[in-house]
Amino acid sequence: MNSENYLKNISEIKNLMSKSSKFISLSGLSGILAGIYALIGAGFAYWLVKNSDRDYLILDGRVFRYIVLDMLLVLIFSISTAIFLTTKKAKKNNEKIWDALTKRLLLSFIIPLLAGGTYIIIILVNQHYGQTGALMLIFYGLALLNASKYTLGDVKYLGYTQIILGLISALFPGYGFWFWVAGFGFMHIIYGTIMYIKYDRK
Amino acid sequence: MKNIILHINKAFDHRIRLGIMSVLMVNDYADFKTLKELLGATDGNLASHAKSLEKAGFLKVEKQFISRKPNTKYYATQLGKNEFKKHINALEKLIKKN
Repeated sequence: MNSENYLKNISEIKNLMSKSSKFISLSGLSGILAGIYALIGAGFAYWLVKNSDRDYLILDGRVFRYIVLDMLLVLIFSISTAIFLTTKKAKKNNEKIWDALTKRLLLSFIIPLLAGGTYIIIILVNQHYGQTGALMLIFYGLALLNASKYTLGDVKYLGYTQIILGLISALFPGYGFWFWVAGFGFMHIIYGTIMYIKYDRK
Repeated sequence: MKNIILHINKAFDHRIRLGIMSVLMVNDYADFKTLKELLGATDGNLASHAKSLEKAGFLKVEKQFISRKPNTKYYATQLGKNEFKKHINALEKLIKKN
């Protein structure tokens, strides 16, 4: 064997290592769209609260139910867009959308998210509203960080950003809404654009 | 030079065997089907190369049935990981020499 052969060996080893342990078909465009949905949803929620009798949000009542519905819609649209665009990209990359790797990716993402979601619901039921935005950002950031070892490195930095935003948000209880808009809206758009430019446009 | 050649491990001197070890270095385990798809190998080809790595003590094989279908999982042993690292280091040194 000559050195060209050895070089080929090494590059094949590297290729196999990343292919078998990282899912690279995550769509940047779906991040951008999720950010836009979040901004529209937040805009609608803001309008609802401003036009209600009170200026702030309480758990019972019509406005709160509309806002929950609004957020669920944002969530459903974001998830279905992500699934649709990522499946499309995976097909193009010849990568499998449902195998041991994507199962691991999804599981490591969902567990911190479910823990956080359940905790938020518990404290909402106990009528602690103030920290909801901060908690959503922190747990979402932890979920991203946890999942990032199975996918593109940018997801890790998005995770760090959300955690930091969440912690700052916790320091300013009255501004949770605006931190939520910054994290779920603008950060998704910024990181989505970076990923789109880096990986999608080829 | 002689010293480097010493570390080039004959057990890894094949594309499929190199591939199996690469995948198992970064994953806790891999099953037969996953390996087959990643490496683009045939059943018989993969089985025989896996067998030779197992004989060398570099692989641990676990056979079980998942809803009546046979499922084979491969793990790299600590010995296998150490030997593979030495092999890669030797390859890199050889490339730099030339």
